Order: sequence, then structure tokens, then C-alpha cells
Amino acid sequence: MSAQENIHTVNADYLERYGFSDPESLEGRAPKGLNRDVVKMISDYKKEPDWMREFRLRAYDSFLQKPMPKWGNQGIITNIDFDDIYYYIPPGAERGRNWDDVPENIKRTFDKLGVPEAERKFLAGVSAQYDSEVVYHSMKEELEKQGVIFLDMDSGLREHPDIVKKYFASVIPPTDNKFAALNSAVWSGGSFIYVPPNTHVEVPLQAYFRINAKNMGQFERTLIIADEGSSVHYIEGCTAPVYTTDSLHSAVVELVALKDAKIRYSTIQNWSNNVLNLVTKRAVAHEGASVEWVDGNIGSKLTMKFPCVILKGERAHGEVLSVAFAQDGQHQDTGAKMIHSAPNTTSRVVSKSISKGKGRASYRGLVRVNQGATGCKTDVTCDALLLDGASRTDTYPTMEIVEQDAQVEHEARVSKLADEQLFYLECRGIDPEKAKLMIVNGFFEPFTKELPMEYAIELNRLIALEMEGSIG
Amino acid sequence: MTNATQPIFSCQGIEIAADAKSIVKGVDLTVHPGEIHALMGPNGSGKSTFATGLMGHPALTVSGRITLNGESVEEMPPHERARRGLFLGFQYPVAIPGVTVASFLRASLNALGKNTTNVFAFRKELEDVFERLGIPWGFADRYLNDGFSGGEKKRLEILQMVMMEPKFVILDEIDSGLDVDALKVVASGINEIAARGAGVLMVTHYQRLLDLVVPTRVHYFMEGKIAFEGEADSVRELEANGYDWLKQKVTGQVADVSITGKSEVHS
Ligand SMILES: Nc1ncnc2c1ncn2[C@@H]1O[C@H](COP(=O)(O)OP(=O)(O)OP(=O)(O)O)[C@@H](O)[C@H]1O
Ligand SMILES: [Mg+2]
Repeated sequence: MSAQENIHTVNADYLERYGFSDPESLEGRAPKGLNRDVVKMISDYKKEPDWMREFRLRAYDSFLQKPMPKWGNQGIITNIDFDDIYYYIPPGAERGRNWDDVPENIKRTFDKLGVPEAERKFLAGVSAQYDSEVVYHSMKEELEKQGVIFLDMDSGLREHPDIVKKYFASVIPPTDNKFAALNSAVWSGGSFIYVPPNTHVEVPLQAYFRINAKNMGQFERTLIIADEGSSVHYIEGCTAPVYTTDSLHSAVVELVALKDAKIRYSTIQNWSNNVLNLVTKRAVAHEGASVEWVDGNIGSKLTMKFPCVILKGERAHGEVLSVAFAQDGQHQDTGAKMIHSAPNTTSRVVSKSISKGKGRASYRGLVRVNQGATGCKTDVTCDALLLDGASRTDTYPTMEIVEQDAQVEHEARVSKLADEQLFYLECRGIDPEKAKLMIVNGFFEPFTKELPMEYAIELNRLIALEMEGSIG
Repeated sequence: MTNATQPIFSCQGIEIAADAKSIVKGVDLTVHPGEIHALMGPNGSGKSTFATGLMGHPALTVSGRITLNGESVEEMPPHERARRGLFLGFQYPVAIPGVTVASFLRASLNALGKNTTNVFAFRKELEDVFERLGIPWGFADRYLNDGFSGGEKKRLEILQMVMMEPKFVILDEIDSGLDVDALKVVASGINEIAARGAGVLMVTHYQRLLDLVVPTRVHYFMEGKIAFEGEADSVRELEANGYDWLKQKVTGQVADVSITGKSEVHS
């Protein structure tokens, strides 16, 4: 039975059971809007264990109870119409959009980035699957030999219920915030990774099959557990623009780094500019463990994302390295949270943003040093670059330091693209457009150099596109 | 094209204003291939403004005519002037974090139409020049002027000059902050480029550079004008007596000029 037939059968069933008559549901999606039935339907469709079904329903209750955040871009988030959203589209049934419907500017960007044909259709939501099985296969064998589990979250739940039950929502409970609650109720897709003790995954996961339907969704859920003494690097997203008509994206990512483990989680996101990207990302770092969030945000209408590390064990280390590029009509509201809960823990935050045109970039950060967490060190640097007069940047740093022996460094800089830098490069024969780009790429370089080569090159190309026509 | 009789560089009636404040007030200068001209003058007299104005700094309002190798360049943006062989060594080179010296040099040489497509050949060429100018090779992968000492920045300016093979070179206090050894390296760089037929205009405050790079002509700047011109040895008088000497000289000059003017009218 093909996936498509399967879905129709299932839908016929829903029609009887839930009385859906919305023609949309015949394509396989749940109807617009959210209620307990939709939550149950998602869980049933996935044939989930009872505990997950109950978890979803409790999360749904939290979603109803939780207020909207009182901070951030109120003009946008208070206007989200939760009844106007599809909460579940089974794999294989999505969109059915035509290539002709994809906006010209997105197509042009694909051209300029040289995105392969198969990837384009996928990224534009025209085809549901991007077939990367071939490359993926050899890596999968290698991982299996090492005992590494790397699955989409739904399969993870099916095949490894014990591990999932132990860690799922242990870092981010549904009650954390309204969007985490929403995700917990309706999540689908995302990645599940478990790395056994003292195992080192040499190749960044996801780099091999950079895009895969199951890994990108509206409400994806990712859980990574690095067992004692292990290490892993996970890469999410890609630099090509992801065009979608679904305007709300709300992911939850949980990382657990057990004793002496090391996790690096890299993200490059480039949503089309109708998307609200409201993501909750948090990690727990146990004794001697280290967690690094490397997070690049380009595109979207509004991004709210504040990767967090809870430094739970002694000598744990947390790091957030983030860049944001805000264009006309975009608000990048990003930052970092570091919670020092154990002695001698260290953290570092480097946040860089560029605002162009009427774009707006905000940094929102929290560093907390709890009672008993003596001998901690933290270092926060925010660097904002404004490309022209209309752009805007704001910084909201919060420091809650209970233990007075903490070493705290904080530096915030806002600079305008310096005419003297441009002039210097021009005096060396470099034309103004190229000169501006060199300065901007240089500004992002501390971030870019942390990326695998192919991502770094793509990111630079993308920034070049974003910068086009910026010389007035 | 270029011969001893055609100037490699000339400018006439250069006036420069910044933020509506007039700083350079009418300067003429003519330099032939291989000639080295020195530009001296008290702090704030407008030497750097003159130098950056010739290069076309966007914040300056410049009027007058600028001719490079027979071509008018005053309407051109800075990068076009650079591509035609005008080079400015900065008094205060700016840092550009995140851009390595090697990648910057490559971008620049490309822009000037030099072939750098063979990465290995290019690295080799770089290595040679670095060694010649006594710049540790490690600087190639450092960010441009970022955290460089004063002297290191100046050496890098000279390195750029040498690699770009310009036709006319303006060096703004290239000697300040240099130790004795670096001064020698810089001086030989300048002599070399002049020997190859480039014209040079060096802004400096000190005799010690002029001992190593002997100027064809010395121009003394005061309040935005060339107030006096002399031979290389005139600098000794300046060193000995300071700018009071120049002021006296100029007062004298002004008187001389007016007399000459009168006599011309009568002739
Ligand atoms: N943008 C500006 N607005 C107002 N005044 C300016 C501006 N730029 C330069 N000046 C002034 O013009 C004068 C000439 O400056 P300039 O840097 O050209 O002098 P200089 O001869 O190079 O001095 P130094 O020997 O100290 O390097 C100074 O008084 C300076 O303060
Ligand atoms: Mg000066």
C-alpha cells in the first residue's frame, strides 16, 4: 500500500469517527484549528503509546491556560490566529502545491544559490520528499556499528520508547511557555539522537542528508542525548530559503549532555519572510559536559529564539554563538540564556546581528548564577551592525548573580557600517558593493568559521544575495 | 605613453571642504615619473585631507582638476582611481575584523586586474613579498590591521604598495611609528617603486625618512596651501628652527611675490 492510499484509508476512517467533512481532511490533514479531538487524532494516526497521548492532551490544556508572552514583538504575536492553522499534515499528503505558485523571488534565489532541482521542489513545498537515501545509507551503517541511534522523532518513539519516555520533555516541560505547550500537544517530526557512552560521532549528523521531510515541520520536536563521555555535532536546516505558506513554526529542541559529554547543535535557518519562527531550545549540561548552540537566523518575519544551557553539574560549560540578519519587514529577536546551577561552571555568549533597511534585531539575554554556584565565569558579547539609518537594534541583557565571586564580563557594541572601512577597501580597487560584502562577511566570520565548509560557503553566498542592491 | 616630459600626476586648483569647513585652499602639484616629492607642514595644516581628497573620499567636497597618467580622474569613485594606479598609504589604516590579510590582498589584486586564480602561485608570491618586507608569514592569516601595532600597520601599507604596482603613490606619514629596521625596509620599498617609474608624494614630519629617500622637491603646507617649496636640504633648516622658520620664510615669500607681481605688471 502506498503512502497516499494509506492516508486516504485513514481519512475515511476519521470521517466516520470524528465527523470531519472539511474537504481538506480528505487530503490527509486535520482540519484547521485546534481542539482535543485534533490532538487525539494526531496521536491516533501515529499509533502512539497512551502516555504520549495523555502527554499531548495535558500539554493542550497548558496551551489553553498559558498566557501569551508579555514581551517581544506584541504587534505580531498577539495577532496570531490559532484557529487559522493546520496542526497536522501526515507525511506524503502535504501541500500538493504547484511549482507555478512559488513566488518569483524564491525561484530566483534558488537559481543564484545553485540549489539542485530536486532540492528546490522540496524546499518550495512542491514535493514532499527529497531523496537522499543513497548518501544517507553508508552513514547509517557506520552509525549503527557505533550503536548511535539517529531517527526521526516519531520513529524514535516507536523504536526506543524507554529512552524517549525518560528524557522527552525532561528539559522543556509543556508548562514552560505557551509555544512549548503548543508544540508538545501537536508535535510531529524532528530528530531523535542517542549517542552511547564514550562514543564520538565524527561526522556532523544531518550534513549527509541536509534536508529530509521528516526533519522539517511546523511543530518539530528534537531530542538529543549524549551519554557519558560521548560527543556529537548536529546540524539543522540549510541556507536555501524554505518557502512555506504555513506561517507559524514552533519547534522544541531538547539536549541532554551527560557527564563529560559534548554536544554542538548548529542551525542555519532561512525561512521565507511570512513565517513566525518561535522556537524553544534548551540543554542540560551535567558534570564536565559542554553544550554549544551555533545558531544562524536569516529570513522569517519574526524569529524569537533564545537557546539556553542549564549548567547543572560542576565544571559544565555552555556556549551560544549566534548571528542574525534582519532585512526590511523582519524582526530577529534572539539571544541566549545561561543558568549556572553548579560550582565552577563557565559560559560564553557571542551574539552578532546585522540590520539592513528597516530590519530590526534584538538581543535578549539572561545569565543567572544560582545560590551555591561558586567560582563561575561568564562572558557575554553582543555586537550589532547597522547597515543604514533606518535599521534598528536593541539589547536587553539581564544578569541575576547570587554568588558574588562570579566573574562576569559583558560587552555590548553597536556600530554603523564604517565609511572609513569602505573607503579603505575602495582605495585598494575593490568596488563598493564587494567592499560592503567583505565587511559584513568579516563581521559574521567568528560564526562562519565554526560551520562545516560547505555551510560556510553557502552562508556567505546567501549574505551576498541579501546584500544585493544595498548600495544606494 | 609615459615619458620624462609628461607628468605621471598633476593637480590644479585643489580645494577641499569637510562639513562645510574649508580645509585645503588651492593646491597645484606636478610630479613626473620617478620623482619623489615630500609634503611637510604643521599638524592640522590639511596634509591628510589633501591626500584623502585626491583619492576621492566620499565625505569630502573636492574641486579642482586631477590628472593621472594623462587621464582626468577627479570624477571617478575611489576604486576607479585605484584601478588606474593611484595609491594612498594611510596615516591611520583602519582595522577590518574577520577579513584576513591574504583574502583582502587577493580581492584587491583581482580588482586591479592581476591574475590570482592559481592559489598556490599566489600564496608563494605573497610569501616572497612578506619575507622581503620582514613581515612574519603568520600575518597573512590575521585579520586586516586588527590588533596590529602601529609599525606593523605601516609595513602592511608598504606591502600593499609594492604588490599593487601603482603609478602614483601618496604616503601619509608612512614613517611614523616605525623602528629603525622597518624604516629602512619602507625606504627601500619607496626607492624601488620610484626607480620603476612611479611618482611619489610622501607626507612626513621627519628628516630621518628623507635621509633614506631623498626627495626631488619638498613642499611646505600651511593652512591648506603650499606655502613654500624647496630642495631636499631645506628640511635641515626646518628641523633646526621649527615651523617659525617657515612662517618667517613665508612672510618673506609673500612680500617677494607681491614685488614680482608688480614688476610683471610693469613689464
Ligand atoms: N570632517 C571634518 N570636519 C571639520 N574639520 C575637519 C574635518 N576633517 C578634518 N578637519 C580639520 O581639518 C584640519 C586638517 O586636518 P588634517 O588631518 O588634514 O591635518 P594634517 O595636516 O594631516 O595634520 P597631522 O600632521 O596632524 O596629521 C584639522 O584642523 C582638522 O581638525
Ligand atoms: Mg595627517
